[in-house]
Amino acid sequence: MSAAPATLGRGRRPSLAGPLWKRAMLPAYVVLVLLLTLAPILVILVYSLNQAPNNRISFSWQGFTTEWYRRLFEIPDLTSALVTSLEIAALSTVIAVAIGTPAAMALARYRFRGRGTGDLVILADIAAPSVVVGASLLGLFVYLGLSRGFGTILLAHVAFNVAFVVIVLQARLRDIDPALSEAARDLGSSPFQAFWLVTVPVIYPAILAASLLAAALSIDDFIITSFDAGQTLTFPLWVYGSVKVGIPPQVFAMGTLIFAVGVLIAIAGLVMARRSKPQA
Amino acid sequence: MSSKLRTSLVPYLLSLPAALWLGAFFVLPLLTILGVALMTGNSIDGWTLTWNFSIFSEAISTYSTQFGRSFLYGGISTLVSLLVMYPVAYWIAFHGGRFKSVLLFLLLLPFFVTFVIRIIAWQFILADDGIVLGALKDIGLIPEDTHVLSTPFAVVAGLTYDALPFMLLPLYVALQRIDRAHVEAAADLYATGAARFRSVILPLSAPGIYAGIVLVAITNVGDYLSASILGGPSTTMIGNIIQTQYVNNADYPIASALALILMATLMIAMAVYARIFGTRTLQEHVG
Repeated sequence: MSAAPATLGRGRRPSLAGPLWKRAMLPAYVVLVLLLTLAPILVILVYSLNQAPNNRISFSWQGFTTEWYRRLFEIPDLTSALVTSLEIAALSTVIAVAIGTPAAMALARYRFRGRGTGDLVILADIAAPSVVVGASLLGLFVYLGLSRGFGTILLAHVAFNVAFVVIVLQARLRDIDPALSEAARDLGSSPFQAFWLVTVPVIYPAILAASLLAAALSIDDFIITSFDAGQTLTFPLWVYGSVKVGIPPQVFAMGTLIFAVGVLIAIAGLVMARRSKPQA
Repeated sequence: MSSKLRTSLVPYLLSLPAALWLGAFFVLPLLTILGVALMTGNSIDGWTLTWNFSIFSEAISTYSTQFGRSFLYGGISTLVSLLVMYPVAYWIAFHGGRFKSVLLFLLLLPFFVTFVIRIIAWQFILADDGIVLGALKDIGLIPEDTHVLSTPFAVVAGLTYDALPFMLLPLYVALQRIDRAHVEAAADLYATGAARFRSVILPLSAPGIYAGIVLVAITNVGDYLSASILGGPSTTMIGNIIQTQYVNNADYPIASALALILMATLMIAMAVYARIFGTRTLQEHVG
């Protein structure tokens, strides 16, 4: 493709690859950014393996130990905070998927009055700053005289998870052929049967992906929860509280484990997606 | 007729539960704090709606420094994360080859670390006797009294780090989508590397830049965790004020007013931004 212009033009057609120093510099820069990205993760892993004579993480290296993984659940408050986080993640995910899936169906499949508003609210829910979402919910709870705790955290987490579930599922639902469920309807199934027996199996991977995203967002959330938790502590809230008094090494051990579980699930998901691709 | 009516009701029935939930716990709260902002009183004697509109001007004049700081920190961290991540996204999209997915995955790993713990790790890295400063002080490269924590630099660094993966994704998607034939065509027309970048790659990646900036700016302007863990009294952001006023001081009207002002300012900023850049991006793409 470059042969013709090369004989016509005076100069040489510039090479797409660019000069050597550029070719070497950019990859080096990418590696540098990668190291910067991984630095805090490495810090967490390394300090979770550091001895700590007074049960608080210190900056200096005291020697290698796996003690904190063996004594992972020795701080009752921390353990119960983690359990609370996991419970809220599970419940808010189930509720968000249960009410978000039909909503995504409606927004992806039907033209109806109010669809534009629906899309807008979903987008606003995702884009709105967490401080505003958390503070306004607290405003409502205070106004209603609702005492804050497990229930209000759950309400808040479902409210932000629904939007993410709808976005993920909507994208998938737009890709699949509506004729599939129409065929089921022609064969005499009710809309509910068509949904349950035809659509759900097809969008199952997307439902799984949406669930994982929702669970991860819920476990991770700090800002919104900090407004609506009252005296109840989730894992991030407990960790935040420990910053002032000294962080027990178990926090970094749990952080490392949560990281590892997340990464493993993601890798498993990617492998499964790659395997199922040829059939789809 | 009844069957027709039933089908037309289907989308409403399907979206009803989610609509109710979002209506009650996302839209209604925003309306509620508008009411709460206009109330006067205290938590012991109760609150009464007095239509106290002056609360908004009071909130702005009292906390203008923190508002300004939030937009400054948010703006700088957004810009820096864009400048840091653009070359990375470019290289992966155009020259990543078979390492593409591995590199992307590695750069997105921070997503899997709990937000609070991620910021705490930076506290470890930046602390006075921490990993970096401690080592530099030990070998006498910097004076003993050097400190980074509680400075604006630490807060902006934390915000920037958190923005990196969020910035990478939209940039990568946009750059990946660019038809390589356009770039080759430019080369065939004797465009130099710089010219190809300026007049082909950069404009075609504009939607990614736009999405990345919106995503990161909103999150970072409203953040308070970085300022709270890595900052000090002189780096307080508006999020910190809203949090303390609401949760610790129970001064609901002022906190509600601040939250509404933050929301409104961000919405106006985004609308103006979309007007200036969004439509131009669209035009470049469509027409």
